[in-house]
Amino acid sequence: MLAEELKNIAVHEREAKAAVGACVNVCGAAGCQSLQSDALAKALVEAAAAQGYGPESCVVRKVGCLGLCGAGPLVSVEPAGIIYQRVQPSDAPDIVNALQGPPVKRINLDSKLPFFARQQRIVLENSGRIDPERLEDYIAADGYLALTTVLSEMTPSDVIAEIEKSGLRGRGGAGYPTGLKWGTVAKAIGSPKMVVCNADEGDPGAFMDRAVLESDPHRVLEGMAIAAYAVGASEGYIYVRAEYPLAVARLKTAIRLAERQELLGNGICGTQFNFRIAIRLGAGAFVCGEETALMASIEGKRGTPRPRPPYPAESGLWGHPTLINNVETFANIAPIIRRGGAWFAGIGTERSKGTKVFALAGRITNTGLIEVPMGITLRDIVFEIGGGVPEGRHLKAVQTGGPSGGCIPESFLDTPVDYETLTKLGSIMGSGGMIVMDETSSMVDVARYFMEFCMTESCGKCIPCRAGTAQMYNLLGRFVDRTATRADLAQLEQLCDLVRNTSLCGLGQSAPNPVSSTLRYFRPEYEATFATEGGE
Amino acid sequence: MPARVVTLQIDGRDVTARDDQMLIEVARESDIRIPKLCYVSGLSSYGGCRMCLVEVEGTSKLLAACTTAVTEGMQVRTVTPRLTEYRRMILEMLFAERNHVCSVCVSNGHCDMQWLAQHLGIDHIRFPYVYPNLPVDASHDRFVLDQNRCILCTRCVRVCQEIEGAHTWDVMGRGAQSLVITDLAQPWGESESCTSCGKCVQVCPTGALSEKGRSVAEMSKRREFLPYLTMMRGETGNE
Ligand SMILES: Cc1cc2nc3c(=O)[nH]c(=O)nc-3n(C[C@H](O)[C@H](O)[C@H](O)COP(=O)(O)O)c2cc1C
Repeated sequence: MLAEELKNIAVHEREAKAAVGACVNVCGAAGCQSLQSDALAKALVEAAAAQGYGPESCVVRKVGCLGLCGAGPLVSVEPAGIIYQRVQPSDAPDIVNALQGPPVKRINLDSKLPFFARQQRIVLENSGRIDPERLEDYIAADGYLALTTVLSEMTPSDVIAEIEKSGLRGRGGAGYPTGLKWGTVAKAIGSPKMVVCNADEGDPGAFMDRAVLESDPHRVLEGMAIAAYAVGASEGYIYVRAEYPLAVARLKTAIRLAERQELLGNGICGTQFNFRIAIRLGAGAFVCGEETALMASIEGKRGTPRPRPPYPAESGLWGHPTLINNVETFANIAPIIRRGGAWFAGIGTERSKGTKVFALAGRITNTGLIEVPMGITLRDIVFEIGGGVPEGRHLKAVQTGGPSGGCIPESFLDTPVDYETLTKLGSIMGSGGMIVMDETSSMVDVARYFMEFCMTESCGKCIPCRAGTAQMYNLLGRFVDRTATRADLAQLEQLCDLVRNTSLCGLGQSAPNPVSSTLRYFRPEYEATFATEGGE
Repeated sequence: MPARVVTLQIDGRDVTARDDQMLIEVARESDIRIPKLCYVSGLSSYGGCRMCLVEVEGTSKLLAACTTAVTEGMQVRTVTPRLTEYRRMILEMLFAERNHVCSVCVSNGHCDMQWLAQHLGIDHIRFPYVYPNLPVDASHDRFVLDQNRCILCTRCVRVCQEIEGAHTWDVMGRGAQSLVITDLAQPWGESESCTSCGKCVQVCPTGALSEKGRSVAEMSKRREFLPYLTMMRGETGNE
């Protein structure tokens, strides 16, 4: 498709949408779908027809994630800007009835709530606003504009310079500067080059990438295509969890539609640029999200990590130079190109730019998906956006970074969320899981839960991770059973040090984090479980 | 690109090497023996046992000597109190992980793991034994697999694939549940791909793979064929 055609479609779509009286958007992402939002959409269509609305006066659309997953199924009405929560099919007639009047009170959710107002959406800008299965919807939201701009006006090094200027860092966990990674792959010798999207999201409680893929799949494809142009790649893979069937289905649809319009495939946008994307289903192991294990898995091998260097940028898939980025990283690319690296760099803190998507879970009033500017405090996230801890309980700690992260106690809630600060506090930014705990949570239990996760997810290749996580899990069991001694505590700390420093990959290297961070801030809780006073 | 010649220092000694060589190999040429379990000369490096971790000047990370290529001016320390302590702990965890009872093992006295434990001065295991209940496969005419002695070093997997070309062996499962298997976890004696060459038995560092008819302490291993075969094939194994 050429830039001109793209523009025509966008204009046409926007006009068509403006002409419709009201648009009723039903969340069709996995969370709300599991609450039968399909039946709800059907009921809304029937109610609209029954009340005499035609396609010109009311359309019912299935859109992506609206964010407040804990209050699903969610429905939004445009252009009025109304949001309804916990909507049942039986509410459909009332919703349609209220299209021309005040909203239905009993299910109305104030869209001015801090939960919505305090967010800043870049990655999720289209989430809940467009139908993820329609390419035209994405195009109407300036979709593929960045790709056509890049192909017609920018050289690959211009693109890389723009990404570098933006200060974007990888959202997969480690926070590696994206522009630098692209530059390395661009310079690497060898062809063909590969672009891989890591959609293996395996942290317990995390569903940021799933929401992006289910709500706005073209955004990821566009980001990958721009990356491919920048690094000189012609083949791409999306490695997506098999446990995300809806995301896989929407990706497949999106790839098919984009290929049909020559936005992917051969001769993209009438240029010489070719880029094909294939989907690979995850092999069901957390460790397959580690980049070298992921590539082994794509190659059809057992998903176990290998030592780096060589880094994927030098020798990746089948030995070819490979760029591997996370879903959310790719989802940031198109807006950066459209609005400029300087715009993006204006958001966030000194060293952490842009926004971050978090999955809020645990003891918090508003559970769901949020996108906030870097540098926001944990307190704002938990108390403003998240609505605080329910049932009059007190916040004890916030866990970030999943099994590789740590627990940040209440006393550090005012620290800004950025890569460096979270690391300094003994946790990590991670991919975006955020679990809130109140005073009823036992920190020893939390540590053991994550250690069990690491133990069962260890691939078994290196001894410190394989045997060390098992030993630590057993030791933590003694604290849970109140049979531990001071010697056990010393051994636990020794094992933390060993496993961190000698494991082969990030799984083992970060597996001690939940233990060491809870030991750092909640040591008395461990000591209180000693079998005898003093633990001798 | 042709390999360059570089000079470096290992444990204070100046050595020269080609820059496509791994540290462990270069050290060995100068008679500096870095502890190892999964590495065996002539097979590709695996990097799993972490015994060969060394300290390299300029990085706080410990690097596995079997997967780290030498570079010009590198300064390497292969024995430090910290490394020795880590090696001991890793080895102790390995002893605790499965049922390694030397006194009744066919490989007693000829075992790499046992030798290393003695070398590192291990006289007791500070971790609780896991005592898993693991199978023994004696279905093959000539060889026995005792999973209780297996340390998952994958030497058998690699020699079978890289030297014999049969790829009978592989690993199944995850974490501590991992097991080496023949074909698709069929009894070894029924394996259709196994050529009964016995190379896996010879490279196995412990008593996990042994020849039938050997009694306690009788199973010594012959590995001379490995460097020879690799040389004849004209590869280094480390592609
Ligand atoms: C055990 C383990 C699991 C990981 N899982 C994921 C994952 O699910 N998704 C992801 O994007 N990155 C994951 N990573 C990080 C990747 O190895 C890699 O750093 C990332 O995909 C790079 O992309 P980025 O630069 O865009 O962050 C994992 C790392 C480790 C060590």
